[in-house]
Amino acid sequence: MFAYDSVILARMLTSMTLVFHIIFATIGVGVPLLISAAEYVGIRKRDPSYILLARRWTRGFVIIVAVGVVTGTAIGLQLFLLWPTFMQIAGHVISLPLFMETFAFFFEAIFLGAYIYTWDRFKGRYTHWYLSLPVIIGGGLSAVFITSVNAFMNTPQGFTLEGRTITSVEPLTAILNPATPSKVFHVLTSSYMTCGAILAALTAFFILKYGNNKYYKKALKLTMIVTLVFSIFTAIAGDTSAKFLATYQPEKLAAAEWHFETEKGADLILFGKLTEDNEIKGAIHLPKLLSFLSFGDFNSEVIGLDRVDADLIPPLWIHYMFDLMVTLGAYSIMISMLFLVFMFWKKRDQYNKWLLRAIVVNAPFAMLALEFGWIYAEVGRQPWIMRGYLRVAEGAVSSPYVHYAFAMFLVLYVLLGTFVTLILVRLYKKNPIKKEWEQRFPDTLFGGDQR
Amino acid sequence: VSYEVLGLSALWFFLFAYLIIASIDFGAGFFAYYAKQTKKDHILNRLIARYLSPVWEITNVFFIFFYYGLAGFFPDAGYYYGSAMLIPGSIILVLIGIRGSFYAFENYGSRSSLLYTFLYGASGLLIPAAISTGLTISEGGFLREEGGSIHLRYTELLTNPFSWAVVFLAIVSVLYISANFLTYYANKAGDEPARKILRSYALFWSAPQIIASLTAFIAISRQNPEHYNNMLDLWWMFGLSVLFFLGAVYFIYKERNYGLSFICVMLQFFFALLGYGIGHMPYILYDQIQVTADATLPAMGTALLFAFGGGLLMLIPSLILVMRMFLFDAEYVKGKK
Repeated sequence: MFAYDSVILARMLTSMTLVFHIIFATIGVGVPLLISAAEYVGIRKRDPSYILLARRWTRGFVIIVAVGVVTGTAIGLQLFLLWPTFMQIAGHVISLPLFMETFAFFFEAIFLGAYIYTWDRFKGRYTHWYLSLPVIIGGGLSAVFITSVNAFMNTPQGFTLEGRTITSVEPLTAILNPATPSKVFHVLTSSYMTCGAILAALTAFFILKYGNNKYYKKALKLTMIVTLVFSIFTAIAGDTSAKFLATYQPEKLAAAEWHFETEKGADLILFGKLTEDNEIKGAIHLPKLLSFLSFGDFNSEVIGLDRVDADLIPPLWIHYMFDLMVTLGAYSIMISMLFLVFMFWKKRDQYNKWLLRAIVVNAPFAMLALEFGWIYAEVGRQPWIMRGYLRVAEGAVSSPYVHYAFAMFLVLYVLLGTFVTLILVRLYKKNPIKKEWEQRFPDTLFGGDQR
Repeated sequence: VSYEVLGLSALWFFLFAYLIIASIDFGAGFFAYYAKQTKKDHILNRLIARYLSPVWEITNVFFIFFYYGLAGFFPDAGYYYGSAMLIPGSIILVLIGIRGSFYAFENYGSRSSLLYTFLYGASGLLIPAAISTGLTISEGGFLREEGGSIHLRYTELLTNPFSWAVVFLAIVSVLYISANFLTYYANKAGDEPARKILRSYALFWSAPQIIASLTAFIAISRQNPEHYNNMLDLWWMFGLSVLFFLGAVYFIYKERNYGLSFICVMLQFFFALLGYGIGHMPYILYDQIQVTADATLPAMGTALLFAFGGGLLMLIPSLILVMRMFLFDAEYVKGKK
């Protein structure tokens, strides 16, 4: 009885921590790439605008990373506190990638500290910029390793289980499980895309608020290019993931697509609503596209939910998550493409108010898409915690005190969320770009022209 | 040498590294708050911030290494501690959450408020107190197995003199280690006023530190006689620890060799923790988890050690680089860069 309640609470607490952590973790992985790109362009072109851009992004970035570090520590320890049985069994296997993730993060943390505190300290033009590379690599690698842990939970392999005891392990086989490549690809591309979208949105917001100038133009161009490139890569990664699912986790794809019967030439279902007797209403059917999405062949056979045991079918509401993720991702491609088309096709103004507003909302959209995507991926493997081996209910803690822990973390996250927002707003309000520019480059016109 | 011993050594190393690094950090937080209260912050806080800012993220990593190491080398221990520590562990995490974020808010958000400093300082003393519950539990007698799962006996834990002795020791040690390090750092920075204050802190906390150590030592004899007897067999390690303690106090008192003094502090804790750890063998958790019975599988043991070695090969040069940039760069320490 305890155990049952604590399972639900443990799931809720884990979800809450992850939903909160993802925001900060994504920024932690993606933003260094943009900071580094801006500094590089600045050094190449000898244009202080870009370097100032990198500096200003870094300032906000540090605060976000701080919250990412503490929520990351939280989820790491919560694995033990909330899922002790899972850790007892899987700990034999996943401790290696967890360990490596920590090393990668350590590497990132060391060089982030070095990067932040050594502006203007070196003689060589590029020396300081080099310090940003280990930050990007460390952030990227920690995403790779932690994603491989999640991939392992989806397609576990590389061990032998006898009863409740793991009797042999092949660590590399476990890390390089079938889910790892597509997941890593999707996680990295979507992080870079989201960070591009966030920084573009910030710039667009400032243009709308304070009027345009050369500095903002450069920032918007850089961030929109990154957004477009990585939106496209994210879409490709999504396609790779769908092909992976069709082969290795057909029940997840079938649940997301409300694909009840195994058939050849299966339709892709967009939007719609499911009635209580599993009837689909108001959906758009794209003929044979699910087969194409799954195997690259319009007439291939896609496994439906009829081939899945009734008690192993994931919740069908993940369809909405899937749709939202894809739609929001498509929005990002569209908007960034539009901006760049306008930029090259001089007849249209790429800084028109409506496009800028559309760019502003793209940031929350991209972050939401990320959250929806993760919810889809995680709920889509219910009821398993380790697919095929261990169910969620068997892995959870049985303690009558989980609700206390839940309440504590809820308060913590609300507090942190509020404070981090206030601090960031204050940081950029108190220190507007124009003021900083005039302090730093008193002889240069704002935006980078020599006086 | 077997994987268990190597694994244990790795875990022990992480614990020791965390003890030293986190203590400096936690104590500095408290001193920053105390200095603000006593209106000495203009002397101390710039120095403290200058040391902490580039390294604070690193501290957490050793804690994470410790619990991931436990999962890898001793998954059963992970199970027992995980189940038992739900509430203490959550408290630790909430405190780490408050501390880390408010530090960043204060330092990078360019706003200095008494509330942030208070939260930062207070959490720095509560975290070691909460973490020390883990060590207390390891002496046995605090867990109850029921219906196939593990529960912590909270009343037992909160009313036991031994657990309070450990909490007291944890807090006092943090302040002592931190004050010693910061004295050394202030001296290096040539910051005479800060060095004076910090030296007085270091001297002040040395007496409670040694008293707390002895109290905890004696308290173990009641809680776990077997462990106590094992430790008595290793009396020379604790003797060395006391000697290094005296050395550290001597140098601080004589106002010279601050670097050597801090090395003495590290050796003091090195031997105390080593004696404590070896005496703890072969149990990780008394009566429930033995080192030999619950070790990792050979393939994973090898992989973990490789990862550990590879990780260190990458980290040590990077750490040296950072230390040369911030800790041992006289110009930076003095605030000229």
